[in-house]
Amino acid sequence: METAKKRILTGNKAMAEAIALEMERDPKVFVLGEDIGNYGGIFGSTQGLMEKFGKERVLDTPISETAFIGAAIGAAAEGMRPVVELMFVDFFGVCMDQIYNHMAKIQYMSGGNVKLPMVLMTAVGGGYNDAAQHSQTLYATFGHMPGLKVVAPSNPYDLKGMMISAIQDDNPVVFMFHKSLQGLGWMEQLDVSAAHVPEESYTVPLNKAKVMREGTDVTIVGIQMTVHQAMEAAERLAADGIDAEVIDLRSIAPIDKETIIDSVKKTHRLFIVDEDYKSYGMTAEIAAIAAEEAFYDLEAPIRRLANPDVPIPYSRPLEQFVLPNADKIYEQVKNLMNE
Amino acid sequence: MTTFEEKQPAVSVEKLKWMYEMMAKSRYFEDQMVEVYTEGKAPVFNIGAGPVPGEMHLSTGQEPAAVGICVHLTKDDTVTAPHRPHHHAIAKGVDLKKMTAEMFGKETGLGKGKGGHMHLFDPAVKFSCGGIVAAGIPHAVGAAMAAKMQGKDWVAVAFIGEGAANAGAFHESLNLAAVWNLPLILVIEDNSYGISVAKKAATAVETNDLRAAAYGIAGAHVKGNDPIAMYKVSEEAVARARNGQGPTIIEIETYRFLGHFQGDPELYRDKAEVPGLREQDPILKLRNSLVEAKGATEKELQKIEKRVKQEVDEAYQFARDSNYPAPEAALDDVFSS
Repeated sequence: METAKKRILTGNKAMAEAIALEMERDPKVFVLGEDIGNYGGIFGSTQGLMEKFGKERVLDTPISETAFIGAAIGAAAEGMRPVVELMFVDFFGVCMDQIYNHMAKIQYMSGGNVKLPMVLMTAVGGGYNDAAQHSQTLYATFGHMPGLKVVAPSNPYDLKGMMISAIQDDNPVVFMFHKSLQGLGWMEQLDVSAAHVPEESYTVPLNKAKVMREGTDVTIVGIQMTVHQAMEAAERLAADGIDAEVIDLRSIAPIDKETIIDSVKKTHRLFIVDEDYKSYGMTAEIAAIAAEEAFYDLEAPIRRLANPDVPIPYSRPLEQFVLPNADKIYEQVKNLMNE
Repeated sequence: MTTFEEKQPAVSVEKLKWMYEMMAKSRYFEDQMVEVYTEGKAPVFNIGAGPVPGEMHLSTGQEPAAVGICVHLTKDDTVTAPHRPHHHAIAKGVDLKKMTAEMFGKETGLGKGKGGHMHLFDPAVKFSCGGIVAAGIPHAVGAAMAAKMQGKDWVAVAFIGEGAANAGAFHESLNLAAVWNLPLILVIEDNSYGISVAKKAATAVETNDLRAAAYGIAGAHVKGNDPIAMYKVSEEAVARARNGQGPTIIEIETYRFLGHFQGDPELYRDKAEVPGLREQDPILKLRNSLVEAKGATEKELQKIEKRVKQEVDEAYQFARDSNYPAPEAALDDVFSS
């Protein structure tokens, strides 16, 4: 049986393995960020790297995001391949000039003469009562800015393969990992946060969505946590005789329109679910794409579920109210099927 | 009168001549730009009109800051500059034709017309600049880090205006460069104004080199917009950086003869100020001292001036003769493939 060969890794170990493989392959790859050395990253994404590669290539930084993300940009312009961690995506505010005005624009403003082969990895997501400054996903905030590739893998296999692709890519990549999918011992243990990961190096493309479950009645597009919620909802919908197709978007930018449109042309119904804010967000973008490119294939209005444009509250019932979950997806897709 | 050699025994005449040539080139380039920039902008000034549109920040008067340190650099050393970058670019050896074409928005420009005068990138000589105050400092820190990681003795120089010393990136970057002992030199050009706000109204310390103490690094101050004093201070700073002895802050008192940008009504300073500054023109002073000290003959200096004029005139002609990019080229270069 295949199961005997399975090699189960948590999300964070899959990421750390990817970075280690790239550091072994290419001496220009190095890692920097807050608590990424001895600690191994607050979310474990750099576990074991300092022991393996030393302090010269795994650099704990001061709490100076502008300086160390800016330094990663400067080093990338010199041909190095930095992997730099912004601990929580919510901290973007203190360093957004470097990300928005420099990391995203230097390649363009230089007419392609300067390349920035760097990865900015950052933890996203809520659901564990960390409140408004430590729980956002901000997918759209980063996806909005031209010049950044923005990816958000949902499982250990993709975390490894997409991290390897991100490091090998000559463009700046924002690599968002979801805290709940890291397999951390100090968070709720989710089955989906650990899975089989091959030992060898492999790549997963940075611009392709993935059909997680094929179906014929309705397309559900999600990303990271909402993919898993959509899968759970799809099983319950199946019991009701509704055959949902679930798409893991995986990449915010560039967005894989083709996979979404192909699915909508097959199912004729579209439901989009996102943990990020609703207005001007990923759900709005996908709805617009479907309206522009598959309008006449739709048999019902597009429906979407996302944070209802409020900061993420602390208290459990409040937070659960604003975040998507499988129950909400199940109910709302049921309603969509009756439209 | 004291001879030049007696006053400045350590500086070779060849290097002084190089500095004179770079300052003259920068000045002549900008004198032309003052004229070109007004084309199409009269009788009513419209910043978006003419062959060189957009904001234009000229460095006329500030040339000593650039040449006094770039004379110690090679093409392997990195320079990052702010929004007022022409003197730095010229002293670092940026391709003048491509740089001028970029300012004209032409396809032959350094950035194929996508950057303009505030966003010049010439990786061949490791030069870049940008329009966000203080943001180039961390990029220089990164270049210094890359040099150190690769075991090279390359250094990185970040130029900023004195106003940028009050931005957060200044503090974060210097602390990081100091804690990692990086080969970084931060050159602060104190031209007395952050746009309109006088230094004394904005900065709590008298001179910004004093801030070096906060990071446990070396600091130096250059008075009087003096290129030779800048040369000497920079020589030590670059040597320290190359020898693994860490970063230095240099602040130089310099003068901005023109407005913050072309079109600036300059209501914030006395009308008599600029003519007074022009009397202290550092290029004329260096020229006179070279002649007086017999470091260069009048004929040699005229030859330099002729060469500079020819090179700059050719760059402007190249820019004018070049084509605009195809409009749809706006869609290229967001990502490299």
